[in-house]
Amino acid sequence: MFDVAGIVVALAVLLVIYRVIKGPRICDRVLAVNAIGTKTVVLLALIGFMYERPQFLDIALVYALINFIATIAFLKYREMGRLD
Amino acid sequence: MALDLILLIIIVICAFAAVQMRDLLSAALVLGACSLIMAVIWTRLNAVDVAFTEASVGAGITTVLMIAALSRTRRGEEGGEERDMGWVHDGAANKRFIFRHIAMLIVVLVTMGVLIYGTMDMPDFGDPDAPAHTHVARRYIEKSREETGVKNFVTAVLVSYRGYDTLGETTVIFTAGIAVVLLLRKQRR
Repeated sequence: MFDVAGIVVALAVLLVIYRVIKGPRICDRVLAVNAIGTKTVVLLALIGFMYERPQFLDIALVYALINFIATIAFLKYREMGRLD
Repeated sequence: MALDLILLIIIVICAFAAVQMRDLLSAALVLGACSLIMAVIWTRLNAVDVAFTEASVGAGITTVLMIAALSRTRRGEEGGEERDMGWVHDGAANKRFIFRHIAMLIVVLVTMGVLIYGTMDMPDFGDPDAPAHTHVARRYIEKSREETGVKNFVTAVLVSYRGYDTLGETTVIFTAGIAVVLLLRKQRR
Protein backbone atom coordinates (compact mmCIF):
# COMPACT_ATOMS: atom_id res chain seq x y z
CA MET A 1 0.00 0.00 0.00
CA PHE A 2 2.85 2.36 0.81
CA ASP A 3 4.35 1.57 -2.58
CA VAL A 4 1.16 2.59 -4.35
CA ALA A 5 0.93 5.75 -2.26
CA GLY A 6 4.55 6.59 -3.10
CA ILE A 7 3.89 6.19 -6.82
CA VAL A 8 0.79 8.39 -6.59
CA VAL A 9 2.74 11.13 -4.79
CA ALA A 10 5.56 10.88 -7.35
CA LEU A 11 3.01 11.29 -10.14
CA ALA A 12 1.68 14.34 -8.32
CA VAL A 13 5.24 15.72 -8.34
CA LEU A 14 5.25 15.18 -12.12
CA LEU A 15 2.07 17.29 -12.38
CA VAL A 16 3.65 20.08 -10.35
CA ILE A 17 6.78 19.92 -12.53
CA TYR A 18 4.53 20.98 -15.41
CA ARG A 19 3.71 24.18 -13.52
CA VAL A 20 7.41 24.74 -12.72
CA ILE A 21 8.35 24.54 -16.40
CA LYS A 22 5.29 26.22 -17.89
CA GLY A 23 4.53 28.71 -15.10
CA PRO A 24 4.03 32.03 -16.85
CA ARG A 25 5.24 34.09 -13.91
CA ILE A 26 8.12 33.52 -11.55
CA CYS A 27 5.76 33.38 -8.56
CA ASP A 28 4.02 30.31 -10.03
CA ARG A 29 7.40 28.62 -10.22
CA VAL A 30 8.27 29.50 -6.63
CA LEU A 31 4.94 28.13 -5.38
CA ALA A 32 5.37 24.99 -7.49
CA VAL A 33 8.88 24.36 -6.12
CA ASN A 34 7.48 24.86 -2.64
CA ALA A 35 4.76 22.28 -3.39
CA ILE A 36 7.44 19.87 -4.62
CA GLY A 37 9.22 20.34 -1.29
CA THR A 38 6.03 19.46 0.57
CA LYS A 39 5.54 16.35 -1.56
CA THR A 40 9.16 15.42 -0.88
CA VAL A 41 8.38 15.44 2.85
CA VAL A 42 5.39 13.14 2.24
CA LEU A 43 7.53 10.85 0.06
CA LEU A 44 10.21 10.65 2.76
CA ALA A 45 7.65 9.69 5.40
CA LEU A 46 6.23 7.03 3.05
CA ILE A 47 9.70 5.66 2.29
CA GLY A 48 10.31 5.46 6.03
CA PHE A 49 7.25 3.26 6.44
CA MET A 50 8.15 1.25 3.31
CA TYR A 51 11.51 0.35 4.84
CA GLU A 52 9.87 -0.11 8.27
CA ARG A 53 12.12 2.54 9.76
CA PRO A 54 9.71 5.13 11.15
CA GLN A 55 12.61 7.25 12.44
CA PHE A 56 12.71 8.62 8.88
CA LEU A 57 9.79 10.75 10.07
CA ASP A 58 12.26 12.98 11.97
CA ILE A 59 14.23 13.48 8.78
CA ALA A 60 11.02 14.40 6.97
CA LEU A 61 10.33 16.99 9.66
CA VAL A 62 13.77 18.55 9.25
CA TYR A 63 13.21 18.64 5.48
CA ALA A 64 9.99 20.53 6.10
CA LEU A 65 12.00 23.03 8.17
CA ILE A 66 14.70 23.68 5.56
CA ASN A 67 12.18 23.59 2.72
CA PHE A 68 11.39 27.28 2.62
CA ILE A 69 14.90 28.76 2.87
CA ALA A 70 15.01 29.21 -0.90
CA THR A 71 11.50 30.71 -0.86
CA ILE A 72 12.49 33.28 1.76
CA ALA A 73 15.65 34.16 -0.17
CA PHE A 74 13.60 34.56 -3.33
CA LEU A 75 11.01 36.78 -1.64
CA LYS A 76 13.73 38.99 -0.18
CA TYR A 77 15.38 39.28 -3.59
CA ARG A 78 12.03 40.08 -5.15
CA GLU A 79 11.17 42.76 -2.64
CA MET A 80 14.54 44.44 -2.09
CA GLY A 81 16.42 43.49 -5.25
CA ARG A 82 19.33 42.12 -3.23
CA LEU A 83 19.99 39.70 -0.40
CA ASP A 84 22.24 41.53 2.07
CA MET B 1 10.89 0.10 -8.71
CA ALA B 2 8.20 2.16 -10.45
CA LEU B 3 8.70 4.90 -7.86
CA ASP B 4 12.44 5.08 -8.65
CA LEU B 5 11.67 5.21 -12.35
CA ILE B 6 9.26 8.14 -11.93
CA LEU B 7 11.76 9.99 -9.71
CA LEU B 8 14.57 9.52 -12.25
CA ILE B 9 12.30 10.73 -15.07
CA ILE B 10 11.50 13.83 -13.00
CA ILE B 11 15.24 14.47 -12.53
CA VAL B 12 15.85 14.25 -16.28
CA ILE B 13 12.92 16.60 -17.00
CA CYS B 14 14.23 19.10 -14.42
CA ALA B 15 17.73 18.99 -15.91
CA PHE B 16 16.43 19.67 -19.43
CA ALA B 17 14.17 22.46 -18.18
CA ALA B 18 17.03 24.12 -16.28
CA VAL B 19 19.19 24.09 -19.40
CA GLN B 20 16.41 25.35 -21.67
CA MET B 21 15.19 28.22 -19.48
CA ARG B 22 16.20 31.74 -20.49
CA ASP B 23 15.39 33.22 -17.09
CA LEU B 24 18.27 32.36 -14.77
CA LEU B 25 16.21 32.80 -11.60
CA SER B 26 13.73 30.16 -12.83
CA ALA B 27 16.62 27.88 -13.73
CA ALA B 28 17.95 28.19 -10.16
CA LEU B 29 14.51 27.29 -8.79
CA VAL B 30 14.24 24.25 -11.08
CA LEU B 31 17.66 23.08 -9.90
CA GLY B 32 16.42 23.38 -6.32
CA ALA B 33 13.45 21.13 -7.14
CA CYS B 34 15.87 18.72 -8.85
CA SER B 35 17.95 18.56 -5.65
CA LEU B 36 14.88 17.77 -3.53
CA ILE B 37 13.96 14.83 -5.78
CA MET B 38 17.60 13.69 -5.75
CA ALA B 39 17.45 13.70 -1.94
CA VAL B 40 14.44 11.35 -2.10
CA ILE B 41 16.42 9.03 -4.38
CA TRP B 42 19.32 9.02 -1.90
CA THR B 43 16.87 8.10 0.84
CA ARG B 44 15.51 5.29 -1.35
CA LEU B 45 19.10 4.01 -1.55
CA ASN B 46 19.24 4.13 2.28
CA ALA B 47 21.95 6.81 2.32
CA VAL B 48 20.23 9.19 4.71
CA ASP B 49 23.26 11.38 5.40
CA VAL B 50 23.90 11.98 1.73
CA ALA B 51 20.23 12.79 1.28
CA PHE B 52 20.43 15.27 4.12
CA THR B 53 23.46 16.99 2.65
CA GLU B 54 21.80 17.08 -0.75
CA ALA B 55 18.65 18.69 0.63
CA SER B 56 20.35 21.29 2.82
CA VAL B 57 23.20 22.17 0.46
CA GLY B 58 21.62 21.46 -2.92
CA ALA B 59 18.10 22.73 -2.36
CA GLY B 60 18.74 25.22 0.43
CA ILE B 61 22.10 26.94 0.31
CA THR B 62 22.86 26.61 -3.41
CA THR B 63 19.59 28.27 -4.39
CA VAL B 64 20.23 31.10 -1.93
CA LEU B 65 23.76 31.56 -3.28
CA MET B 66 22.51 31.55 -6.87
CA ILE B 67 19.91 34.20 -6.04
CA ALA B 68 22.62 36.21 -4.27
CA ALA B 69 24.83 35.95 -7.35
CA LEU B 70 21.91 36.99 -9.57
CA SER B 71 21.26 40.02 -7.37
CA ARG B 72 24.85 41.09 -8.07
CA THR B 73 24.68 40.47 -11.82
CA ARG B 74 21.87 40.35 -14.37
CA ARG B 75 18.94 38.01 -14.54
CA GLY B 76 18.63 37.39 -18.26
CA GLU B 77 20.87 35.33 -20.46
CA GLU B 78 23.29 37.33 -22.62
CA GLY B 79 22.15 37.43 -26.26
CA GLY B 80 19.38 34.92 -25.67
CA GLU B 81 17.21 36.19 -28.51
CA GLU B 82 19.77 36.15 -31.31
CA ARG B 83 20.95 32.67 -30.49
CA ASP B 84 17.86 31.03 -31.96
CA MET B 85 17.95 32.95 -35.22
CA GLY B 86 20.79 31.07 -36.83
CA TRP B 87 19.09 30.91 -40.26
CA VAL B 88 19.68 34.05 -42.33
CA HIS B 89 19.51 34.70 -46.05
CA ASP B 90 23.19 34.40 -46.66
CA GLY B 91 24.67 31.29 -48.23
CA ALA B 92 28.06 31.27 -46.50
CA ALA B 93 26.60 32.06 -43.08
CA ASN B 94 24.04 29.27 -43.47
CA LYS B 95 26.78 26.80 -44.38
CA ARG B 96 28.75 27.83 -41.30
CA PHE B 97 25.60 27.45 -39.22
CA ILE B 98 24.89 23.92 -40.49
CA PHE B 99 28.53 22.88 -40.17
CA ARG B 100 28.71 24.14 -36.58
CA HIS B 101 25.57 22.29 -35.58
CA ILE B 102 26.63 19.03 -37.23
CA ALA B 103 30.03 19.27 -35.56
CA MET B 104 28.37 19.81 -32.19
CA LEU B 105 26.03 16.86 -32.80
CA ILE B 106 28.98 14.59 -33.67
CA VAL B 107 30.88 15.63 -30.55
CA VAL B 108 27.84 15.01 -28.34
CA LEU B 109 27.09 11.62 -29.92
CA VAL B 110 30.72 10.47 -29.63
CA THR B 111 30.85 11.54 -25.97
CA MET B 112 27.57 9.74 -25.29
CA GLY B 113 28.86 6.61 -27.00
CA VAL B 114 32.08 6.64 -24.98
CA LEU B 115 30.17 7.14 -21.74
CA ILE B 116 27.72 4.32 -22.50
CA TYR B 117 30.64 2.07 -23.52
CA GLY B 118 32.25 2.88 -20.18
CA THR B 119 29.19 1.66 -18.28
CA MET B 120 28.93 -1.63 -20.23
CA ASP B 121 31.20 -3.73 -18.02
CA MET B 122 29.97 -2.25 -14.77
CA PRO B 123 28.30 -4.75 -12.43
CA ASP B 124 24.50 -4.83 -12.18
CA PHE B 125 22.72 -2.67 -9.61
CA GLY B 126 22.80 -4.48 -6.25
CA ASP B 127 24.97 -7.34 -7.56
CA PRO B 128 26.48 -9.06 -4.47
CA ASP B 129 29.63 -10.04 -6.41
CA ALA B 130 30.41 -6.49 -7.48
CA PRO B 131 33.95 -5.38 -6.55
CA ALA B 132 32.55 -2.68 -4.28
CA HIS B 133 30.93 -5.35 -2.08
CA THR B 134 33.71 -7.93 -1.90
CA HIS B 135 36.57 -6.10 -0.15
CA VAL B 136 35.95 -3.88 2.88
CA ALA B 137 32.17 -3.67 2.75
CA ARG B 138 31.72 -6.93 4.68
CA ARG B 139 33.86 -5.64 7.52
CA TYR B 140 31.89 -2.38 7.61
CA ILE B 141 28.63 -4.32 7.80
CA GLU B 142 29.79 -6.81 10.42
CA LYS B 143 32.09 -4.76 12.64
CA SER B 144 31.18 -1.09 12.26
CA ARG B 145 28.65 -1.23 15.09
CA GLU B 146 31.16 -2.44 17.69
CA GLU B 147 34.18 -0.62 16.28
CA THR B 148 32.62 2.83 16.00
CA GLY B 149 29.36 2.66 17.92
CA VAL B 150 27.50 4.27 15.02
CA LYS B 151 24.28 2.57 13.93
CA ASN B 152 24.30 3.58 10.24
CA PHE B 153 27.05 2.09 8.02
CA VAL B 154 27.22 5.12 5.78
CA THR B 155 27.65 7.44 8.75
CA ALA B 156 30.27 5.13 10.25
CA VAL B 157 32.27 5.11 7.01
CA LEU B 158 31.94 8.87 6.56
CA VAL B 159 32.84 10.09 10.02
CA SER B 160 34.95 7.25 11.40
CA TYR B 161 36.70 5.04 8.83
CA ARG B 162 37.25 7.94 6.45
CA GLY B 163 37.37 10.61 9.13
CA TYR B 164 40.46 12.37 7.73
CA ASP B 165 38.82 12.45 4.31
CA THR B 166 35.76 14.11 5.78
CA LEU B 167 37.95 16.53 7.72
CA GLY B 168 39.61 17.56 4.45
CA GLU B 169 36.22 18.05 2.81
CA THR B 170 35.10 20.16 5.73
CA THR B 171 38.22 22.31 5.32
CA VAL B 172 37.41 22.82 1.65
CA ILE B 173 33.80 23.75 2.42
CA PHE B 174 34.91 26.12 5.21
CA THR B 175 37.36 27.86 2.88
CA ALA B 176 34.68 28.17 0.22
CA GLY B 177 32.30 29.61 2.82
CA ILE B 178 34.83 32.26 3.85
CA ALA B 179 35.38 33.16 0.19
CA VAL B 180 31.62 33.51 -0.37
CA VAL B 181 31.24 35.72 2.70
CA LEU B 182 34.11 37.91 1.45
CA LEU B 183 32.49 38.22 -1.97
CA LEU B 184 28.98 38.88 -0.75
CA ARG B 185 29.57 41.30 2.11
CA LYS B 186 28.65 44.92 1.71
CA GLN B 187 31.21 46.98 -0.13
CA ARG B 188 32.49 49.95 1.83
CA ARG B 189 32.34 53.20 -0.02
